[in-house]
Amino acid sequence: MKILVLVKQVPDTEATIRISGDRKKIDEAGVKFIVNPYDEFAIEEALKLKESGAATFIVAVSLGPDRVKEALRTAVAMGVDDVLHLKTADLGMDGLATAQLLSESIKEIGFDLLLMGKEAIDDGNMQVGPMLAELLDVPCLSVVTALQVNGASVVAEREGDGCAEVLEAQLPCIITCQKGLNEPRYPSIRGVMLAKKKEIAEKIVQSANHTVSVESLSYPQARQAGMIVGEGAAAVPELVKKLREEAKVI
Amino acid sequence: MSTILAVTECRDGKLHKTSLEVVSQAKALSEKIGAGVVALVIGSGISVESASLGEYGATKVLVADGQALENYQPDLYKSIIIEAIRQNSAEIVLAPATAIGKDIMPRVAARLEAGMVSDCTKILVQDHTIQAEHPIFAGKAFALLSVNSAVKIITLRPSVFDAIQTNPGVAAPVEKVGLPAIEIKVKTREVKKTGGNKLDVADADIIVTGGRGVRSAENFKIIEELAACLNAAVGATRAAVDSGWRPHEEQVGQTGKVVSPNLYIMCGASGSIQHWAGMSGAKCIVAVNKDPNAPIIERADYSIIGDLFEVVPALIEEIRKIRG
Ligand SMILES: Cc1cc2nc3c(=O)[nH]c(=O)nc-3n(C[C@H](O)[C@H](O)[C@H](O)COP(=O)(O)OP(=O)(O)OC[C@H]3O[C@@H](n4cnc5c(N)ncnc54)[C@H](O)[C@@H]3O)c2cc1C
Ligand SMILES: Nc1ncnc2c1ncn2[C@@H]1O[C@H](COP(=O)(O)O)[C@@H](O)[C@H]1O
Repeated sequence: MKILVLVKQVPDTEATIRISGDRKKIDEAGVKFIVNPYDEFAIEEALKLKESGAATFIVAVSLGPDRVKEALRTAVAMGVDDVLHLKTADLGMDGLATAQLLSESIKEIGFDLLLMGKEAIDDGNMQVGPMLAELLDVPCLSVVTALQVNGASVVAEREGDGCAEVLEAQLPCIITCQKGLNEPRYPSIRGVMLAKKKEIAEKIVQSANHTVSVESLSYPQARQAGMIVGEGAAAVPELVKKLREEAKVI
Repeated sequence: MSTILAVTECRDGKLHKTSLEVVSQAKALSEKIGAGVVALVIGSGISVESASLGEYGATKVLVADGQALENYQPDLYKSIIIEAIRQNSAEIVLAPATAIGKDIMPRVAARLEAGMVSDCTKILVQDHTIQAEHPIFAGKAFALLSVNSAVKIITLRPSVFDAIQTNPGVAAPVEKVGLPAIEIKVKTREVKKTGGNKLDVADADIIVTGGRGVRSAENFKIIEELAACLNAAVGATRAAVDSGWRPHEEQVGQTGKVVSPNLYIMCGASGSIQHWAGMSGAKCIVAVNKDPNAPIIERADYSIIGDLFEVVPALIEEIRKIRG
């Protein structure tokens, strides 16, 4: 079984986000980039499937500018067999354009199981997985917290609203990974050494037709400064009064 | 006249509250662009209240009702929604950004080559184009996106848009739609209720969250008690979830749920940037923390500096006094 893992490189969760002068993108100077946390679950699940003997080969693919090679190095350090950088200058926030670009190359690479994150924490779209499934005409089980592969059939637990759905589909299929699926490993020292030397294959991809374009980025409205009502249990009556009369929330 | 399709959601045969938000927003948008509002209801054993969507602005209600739709089924939902878009020549499609909405709408968008904006918090009509605002970087910024495709798909963040009964007493005509005969690629074997009958944080008007300061699963009893007397849901920080005190479905934040309640009470939680990402949309934030320098104290609307094990019981008592 061949597993393809999608890896997006995103700003660290702690990063301060500054909007660029033209208000169309963010200023990347000084921003630390990491592997999208949900994609780490995908990498880990692929490695576990290989260790259990269910999978034979793992390829990680990332679409983006040159910096995304670092994310692919992390994937190599964790243990994937091969990587491919799909090079494009402009990612944008258009999930469909991203899915279309990815689907072209994925068709060429081929896969039995495609593992990816449920969501990229930069654009927060939660679109690419189910979109890819339609473009590639394969089933997609999204927001998965438990996975079992038995021969050609896949059983997964999907997180719903107040429920967990146990779903079954046949390979080839797409799984989008959610927290709870596993605990991503740290790269080994040997892995890090290997990753340093890894030649990363790159393929230049044409930019897609955008159906969604950025008009402007903005910061959230600043919240009005709050107040300290008081100290300890003695402040409780005053707090409740404020919640009733001022904020009118209880 | 063009059409806006409002895809609604049923849980246990009843319309979920996000349905009213979606229909209301479709109605508000229809007034700006001069369109009809068709609501689509999908489920099994759907009650007659569908007609009441007319009160929120629907001019027609389509009902897809069948045993096969008892649980969420992506293949069927996709066909039904695409058929409704085609039959009604819908130009704009709104749906709630719930677990189902987030899974199904990208599929529909890909099939129709439609541009999509997820988890939208505001919709504008600017020079005849539809622009939708969407939080990025976990709420550290917002992107205003214009959608340029023939069909435009937007999912709405729950509890952000108001449900407004614009046409009281008006019942919309209901039309049944048949279930498509298609190959089912994803089979549902079982649906486990995870929360029991517990109120989900995503649906709650009030949330009481406990963090590392609560110190044990056992101690969460007082958080549950405070939540119970406010009809609130219990929320948790990742520290509380990772310690095994609370289930993941209660986690609020970047890797948990995004919530927009009227009141968010945080007990023994510092207000980390990742937690803030999930709850910054709360209308009123209360912090109970023993450390006056905790980041949340600067950002909360009201704070009490003190030991939560003294403050929370006093709060329970005070609220019981006023609520009887
Ligand atoms: C990629 C990533 C994703 C993450 N996603 C999330 C997420 O989705 N949600 C989330 O919550 N976190 C998330 N985190 C974790 C986050 O960084 C914090 O570690 C976490 O939110 C801290 O939880 P806390 O506030 O409960 O604990 P702490 O930060 O340890 O704060 C505990 C607070 O309790 C107070 N306290 C202690 N005892 C008492 C007492 N007796 N009475 C009153 N106050 C008391 C302390 O003063 C302190 O302020 C994520 C982190 C990363 C790196
Ligand atoms: N540029 C990209 N390169 C590789 N994978 C991506 C890219 N964009 C999105 N993905 C994958 O799609 C998932 C969902 O992304 P999104 O729909 O943007 O929230 C991510 O977790 C990644 O696994």
